[in-house]
Parts: sequence; C-alpha cells; structure tokens
Amino acid sequence: MKTSMLFIRAPEGIAFSQLLAGPVTRFIAWFIDQLCIGVAMFFLGTALNLLELISWNFGFALYVITYFVINIGYGIFFEWNWRGQTVGKKLLRLRVMDVEGMRLQFNQIVVRNLLRFVDSLPAFYFVGGLTCWLNSKCQRLGDIAANTAVIRSPRVAEPDLDQLLAGKYNSLRQYPHLAARLRQRVSPAEADVALQSLLRRAEFEPTARVELFADLAAHFRTKVEFPAEATDGIADEQYLRNVVDVLYRTSQVQSSKFKAQSSEQAAALNQL
Amino acid sequence: MIVDLQRFIAVGRPFWAELERMLDRLEAEPDLRMTLPQLEHFHHLYERTAADLAKITTLSSEPETRRYLENLVARAYGEIHETREKQRRFVPLKWFFQTLPQTFRRHVRCFYLSVAITLVGCAFGGLAITFDPGSKPVLMPFSYLLQDPAKRVAEEEKDTKNRLAGLRTTFSAELMTHNTRVSIFTLALGMTWGVGTIVMLFYNGVTLGAVAVDYIRAGQTKFLLGWLMPHGVVEIPAILIAGQAGLMLALALIGRGSRAPLKTRLREISGDIVTLIFGVGVLLVWAGFIEAFLSQYNEPIIPYDAKIAFGTVELILLSLFLAKSGSARRPEPKNPDE
Repeated sequence: MKTSMLFIRAPEGIAFSQLLAGPVTRFIAWFIDQLCIGVAMFFLGTALNLLELISWNFGFALYVITYFVINIGYGIFFEWNWRGQTVGKKLLRLRVMDVEGMRLQFNQIVVRNLLRFVDSLPAFYFVGGLTCWLNSKCQRLGDIAANTAVIRSPRVAEPDLDQLLAGKYNSLRQYPHLAARLRQRVSPAEADVALQSLLRRAEFEPTARVELFADLAAHFRTKVEFPAEATDGIADEQYLRNVVDVLYRTSQVQSSKFKAQSSEQAAALNQL
Repeated sequence: MIVDLQRFIAVGRPFWAELERMLDRLEAEPDLRMTLPQLEHFHHLYERTAADLAKITTLSSEPETRRYLENLVARAYGEIHETREKQRRFVPLKWFFQTLPQTFRRHVRCFYLSVAITLVGCAFGGLAITFDPGSKPVLMPFSYLLQDPAKRVAEEEKDTKNRLAGLRTTFSAELMTHNTRVSIFTLALGMTWGVGTIVMLFYNGVTLGAVAVDYIRAGQTKFLLGWLMPHGVVEIPAILIAGQAGLMLALALIGRGSRAPLKTRLREISGDIVTLIFGVGVLLVWAGFIEAFLSQYNEPIIPYDAKIAFGTVELILLSLFLAKSGSARRPEPKNPDE
C-alpha cells in the first residue's frame, strides 16, 4: 500500500518513521538545483572567457569538461558532503536516506545520481516522476537501484497558543496528577485534532462548530475523568481549550528549556 | 505509566548528548575504530535512548523531544546495524591497480555477455552493409562516414596542414564527455531489466560492423585499423565494461537463481557498479586524448604501421591489466561476515 511515511523498525522493537517527499516537492528541489548549476556555470563561463583570451581552444575545452563534471558531480558532491542534501533539498527540507535506515554510503549516492540519465527520460523526469508516483516508498529508478528514499522534515509551525488560550482560567490545572494522566493517554494525533479544531474554529458553520466541539469534548472526557467542580458549567469549546492548554503549554516551556540546554551543551561540546 | 516530563528530560539529556557527540565523531571520521569498551558504551547509549524514545512515543506532548530522539535513534541504528564494510580513505593507485581489475574479473561473465551482444550487432551491421549498401545512411550516425571510404582516405591523406589545428583540445574534451555520457546511459539502462543496455550495445555493434565492412570492402583495411585502433582498443572495451555494469544491474533486478531479496541483491552490486563506471571514465579520458591527438593524424604525417603498433601495444597492456592486475593478492571479501 502506498503511504506517505517510511517506517523503520529496529530489532530492539523501536519503530521510527520519516515523512516521504512527493514527486512535486522533489521536482521543485531539482529545479532549484538546476538553477544553482546554471548560476555556477555562468560565473565559471565568465571566468573561462578570460582564459579564452589566451587560448580559445584550451578555455572552451575546460568549459566543456567543467560543465560535464558539475552537471554530473553536483548531486554526488553535495549529497555526500551534506549528508543527503543538495541546495534544493536543503531549502525544501528534504534529505536522501538509506531505505532501511542504514548509513548512507558513497556508492548509493553515485548510483542514484548516475541513474538520473534514465529517470529524466524522455524529458523533465517523466520516467522518474511516474515511478515515484507509483512506488510505495516514492522512489524513482535511481532510488530503487541505490536503496535510498527521499524524506521530508517539515518545519512544524508553532501555533500562537498564547493568543488562543490567553486570559482564561484553566480549572483542569488544579489537578496536576490528572493533567499528567491526560497527557499520557492522549495520542499525538488526537492532540493535533483538538488543536486544529480550535485554530480553525472561525471557519466552521455555527451549528457544525457546536456539534464538533461537543463530540471532541465528549471524547476527551472519556480519557480522564476530572472532578465535577473542575468541569461543571464549562462549555464544550472551553473544555477543549483547557485540554489543549494542558497538552501543549507545559510541554512548550519544557521544550524551550530543553532546547536552550541542548544548545548550551552543543556549544560546550564544540569547545572540547 | 505517567511520565514526569521534566525529570525524564533532565535524567535522559546527558546520555542523549553523549550519544550525539559519539555519532558526530563517527560520521566525521570514517577511519575511526572504537575499542571494545567504547563500543559497549556506544551500544548502551543507543539502547537507553531507544528506550527513552519508546517511553515518549505515546505522549502527545513533547513533539520536539520525540523528533530529536527519533533522529538520534535513527542515526545510531544505522551505525550499529550496518554490516557493510566501513568506507576507508580512497587511495587512487590502489583503487586503479587492484580494486578495478578485481571487480572486473568478479563479474567477467557479464562482460562476455556484453561482448557477445556487441559481436551480434557487428555481424548484423556487416551483413546489412554487404547485402544492402543503400542502408548506409540508416546504419551510420556520422555524416563523414557516409562518403566513399576510398575518397575519404584520399582527402585525409592530402590534408597535411593539420585540419584540426587549434581545435584538438576542444575536440578531445567533447569526445571524452560524449563517450562518458553514452557509457553512463548504457549502465543506467540496466534498470530496464537490461533491455536498454542490450539495445545500446547492439546498436554500437551495428555501427562498428557496418563501418568496418564498408572500409574493408573498399580496400581501406589498413587505414581503418590505423584510424580506429589507437583510441578504439580502449574506447570500445570501455563501452563494453559500461554494458557489463548495466547487465549486472539487470541481473540483480531479475534475481534469477538467487533467493536474496531485491534490496540485498542491489546492495551487493552497487559498489562494484560504481567502481566499474569510474574505471570506464578513466579509460575514456585516455581514449579521448588519443583520438584527438593521435588517431586523426594519417599518412604521411604518421605511418599507419606505427599507429597500428601503438594500438596493439595498448590492447595487450589493457588485456594484461584487466586479466592480471591485482591478482597477486587475494581479493578481499565484500562482507566480513560472509
């Protein structure tokens, strides 16, 4: 079955997943890379023009060879030195990785880049795009031969929770042990549904909105039962706000602390 | 189980940071060999981080920590479970005189198949031009080949003023890049279960056979050998080796007689394919120089006998290189576990 995720399960029982990049994103990254090659060749051509003043023959020969080497070697050079990324992939947050999560080897990078010759047939990567579209891991022929896949690590936009949840008393916070249990029992997907429904509340029809928040509140009430004084007289939408607040707000404080500590540690490690 | 996130992060962080530091070192220094205690410690850190990831995976909070741990575990997983030999520093001379010929010999059957397909193409081209001389424009891709061989030889031999003077370096560069492109294409077409590679080899054979028979029938055998041999004895084997690599790819795809899964079959040959295609590149650079700076000179500038002798020496050296070079030492196994 075709999914947008690459699942890797380690023998230790740990599973981790990576989001696969689709053909369109990859095409845009390739287009950016072509622009980079074009710009590089423009500057190189200008420099070699000066050489042609001395010897046209030698200057042009150098241009022909350099163009060929850059065209073929661009992807190999960057993907090897930037751990699976080129300029286009970096901008779109894509990365080449081994399809089984192993260390990406130089051979794999060379094979996937050389097989572009077939993937790009007859024009604009039609064969590669079609294979990518049909393949369950979104691989073009070069990726299949090299056992690689291109993954996407999208930047998660952080919602403005302060504005969304500002100035409201959260009665659920009065029961920290229950709040902790709620965080434990709610899955990431459920938490995201709650957050998205609040963020998009203005887009719903009034009746649909009431029904949606009633359903969601009922769902989250089954997760952890808070005492009646914490939930009585609270509208479904407000209950959901409180739930989102419990799920996301504490973690944000901790995340930022963790990030700050990590960067301090990284700086310290770099000095070693 | 309720996780106290703050404590969980505070306790786990030093281990995660240490694992990250070890991974950075491993990735930055390909030659790094860890001692047994270091390996044990590395494995311990990996298992501990993996366990932390398992704990946090079910939590809706802390998506960033989860992503960070997923990334760490994925990197460490690759280092620990990778069974392929770690890439060592590239030594060009060792690669050229040992790795390349050893790899060629390991897959010599594909080379023989490549030669056989080209020979069938040669026979087809030769027969076609013999029985249907009118097919010349279809069989020969270059316009200068379409004229009468005897007329062309007379023109070439008359041209003592160095027709390509001032253009040889450019001509050489264009030959190198064009031939390398064709070779890579021949290899890459292996992904069509070998059909594309076979077509390319057959078509090259057809052209070669048609040109050869055309010149032989016109009584220009000596010119033909003098013109083709200096560069052809290197260029043609290079294309055949590219075909060999393409056929290796095709055989791995087909997987006849092998119970290994497709991924494993492709993994096993990918290093060898890269070695062969880089070898093809080196041979074609040499052939490009020779074609531009030697093959285009004819009698009376350079006697045909000298050119043929040069080509023969090249052919002997290339054959010895591919058959014998690096064979004194036993080839290293690809996988130490095998």
